[in-house]
Amino acid sequence: MNMLELVGVSKIYGEGPNAVHAISDVDLAVEPGALVAVMGASGSGKSTLLTIAGSLEKPTSGQVLVAGRSLAAMSRSAQARLRRRSIGFVFQDYNLLAGLSAIENVSLPLELDGIPAKKAQAIGRETLDDLGLADRASYFPDELSGGERQRVAIARAVVGERRLLLADEPSGALDSANGEAVMRLVLAACRRGVAAVVVTHDAQLASWADRVVFLRDGRVVDQTSPVLGPDSLLTPTSNP
Amino acid sequence: MSIRHALLGLLTEGPKYGLQLRQEFEAGTGEVWPLNVGQVYTTLQRLERDGLVESEDAADDSPQKGFRITAEGEQELAGWLRTPPDLSSPPRDELVIKVLVAVRVPGVDVHDVIQVHRHYLVELMQQWTRLKEDEAQFDLNFALVVDAELFRLDSVVRWLDSADGRIKRASVEAPAPAGLPLPKLRRRVGQHT
Repeated sequence: MNMLELVGVSKIYGEGPNAVHAISDVDLAVEPGALVAVMGASGSGKSTLLTIAGSLEKPTSGQVLVAGRSLAAMSRSAQARLRRRSIGFVFQDYNLLAGLSAIENVSLPLELDGIPAKKAQAIGRETLDDLGLADRASYFPDELSGGERQRVAIARAVVGERRLLLADEPSGALDSANGEAVMRLVLAACRRGVAAVVVTHDAQLASWADRVVFLRDGRVVDQTSPVLGPDSLLTPTSNP
Repeated sequence: MSIRHALLGLLTEGPKYGLQLRQEFEAGTGEVWPLNVGQVYTTLQRLERDGLVESEDAADDSPQKGFRITAEGEQELAGWLRTPPDLSSPPRDELVIKVLVAVRVPGVDVHDVIQVHRHYLVELMQQWTRLKEDEAQFDLNFALVVDAELFRLDSVVRWLDSADGRIKRASVEAPAPAGLPLPKLRRRVGQHT
């Protein structure tokens, strides 16, 4: 079963002659463990696609299924529960709460979901450990570097039982080394079974994905084939 | 790619045999640039002729013949390292020409043409990035070579993205009249006179 499925999804803002078709008739399926990148220029509908996939916005038409369940068939509170339990979001500007430490930020979604604070923090600490941030647990966001903040944001997005990671330009203003570190974490989460969608205009980021979907003017125009093994690049061109 | 200077670089570590130089060259470039053993010996002969290396025993032509760098060789290498390669003139880039021609050919959707090339480049980048996935297998030389290739391909994708947007805006603002000549592509930047 796909972790995320979009079937004929469209989103139109406004009406009549002023209507803007943000995305049109988008189909997308992401199986557990897959890392899918959505590439497109500014205004191509990438972010709209992500907010609809994460139930933050409703599509004008079409269906969104998360773990096989249709979002349209869920009440608002059921959607909120799904977001808290199953979906992790990563944004360009980290969106960490400034008044909470790294560990508090990471364990917050678990506490909101009713897990006692002590247990939530223990789970959060494990996640920070996995991401090499054990020694930053008590730091506040303004005491962390940009790269560390984004790693904390990823920890928050994958903590607990989250199985779908949705990331919007996750390397944002980071340099290429930190951008690579971010993608390594996303990929590691996928190798543990998390399904991830990363929207980006950056080809180096997208190239970490198992599949790259190209969006133009709100439509999926193309996607890459499964990645060939490294051997295809290293075929000797001369032999002694 | 200057095999000549790469070999001089390897010889700064001490005297080496031809086969050893070939192995170390390939290992040092992440085995991305295979080298014919014939190329190694031809290059070594020329370096010896130019006084930049000397062989340990000139009479011995066996594969076990060792070479060492001379003082002139070290000087040549130091000069080469600090001499920028000539990047002043735009290369005759086939992809740029394809896009320029596509803009002019009736019935061709230039955005589709751009997407075909973007697709190809991103798939290539995915293959290179896969090589980075296993950090344990990833030594410094190999990392540098893979990054260089990824940045090179990335710059081409960025140009395609920029061209895509520029052509789209141009078609909205003012359709290009037919029959204009192709822009002059003669070297105008950093032209050597």
